Amino acid sequence: MAVELTYQVKGGDFSHAGDASSQVKKVLKQLDIDPKKIKSIVIALYEAEVNVVAHALEGVIRVTVDEEKITMLLTDRGAGIPDIELAMREGYSTASKEVREMGFGAGMGLPNIKRNTDLLEITSEPGQGTTVKMVNFF
Amino acid sequence: MKISEVVRLTGATVVCGEEKTGHEVEKGFSSDLMSDVLTLDTENLLLITGLSNVQAIRTAEMADIQYILFTRNKKVSDEMVELAKENNMVLLETSFSLFKTSGILYHAGLKPVY
Repeated sequence: MAVELTYQVKGGDFSHAGDASSQVKKVLKQLDIDPKKIKSIVIALYEAEVNVVAHALEGVIRVTVDEEKITMLLTDRGAGIPDIELAMREGYSTASKEVREMGFGAGMGLPNIKRNTDLLEITSEPGQGTTVKMVNFF
Repeated sequence: MKISEVVRLTGATVVCGEEKTGHEVEKGFSSDLMSDVLTLDTENLLLITGLSNVQAIRTAEMADIQYILFTRNKKVSDEMVELAKENNMVLLETSFSLFKTSGILYHAGLKPVY
């Protein structure tokens, strides 16, 4: 039986960035998933959640956990990514000064998400928003 | 290295997790950049940072880091302590710089991640 979770994310709200990832981590621990798998999953989700807070106006995180995998879908409304290939390059960043002051924005997020997920799909409409789908198998 | 030894060597204050100061840490990582911390795949780590905000605690939570030493006399907020307690973390504060703290702990045998 699948577990479904939904979280709202507010752009710019750094004090709550990571709340959703934290909740997902707790659920995965309760489901007795391998701790190493949990770490990869929550690091990828946290990076993606921080991206929504840093770059979008608002977003929704939908997480589905079934017996063999976790699927995380982040849909945001905001600036979008004009060049996804460029954004995937390590060190490339469009983060603001505020985001950098929070300890992020070094252009490591998307490459780190790729390293920590089994499947990653990013689609974006510049000026509209971005959808990130991440899947990890247990 | 025992957390109590980290406290002694850096003249640190234990903000929370006093009961865990007998625990051992094997490696240290000094960074103000949480993006770098999130790329580590290391267990039993002491995070040494001058970045004192909620995201430092969140980052440690995601990366399974239990011990954080804040340098440069940065003070931990109540919100950070609350979050750290929820996640069974030990928070320490020292007035030493990040460089001095790292140098002392490295010299005393705390290993680098790389």
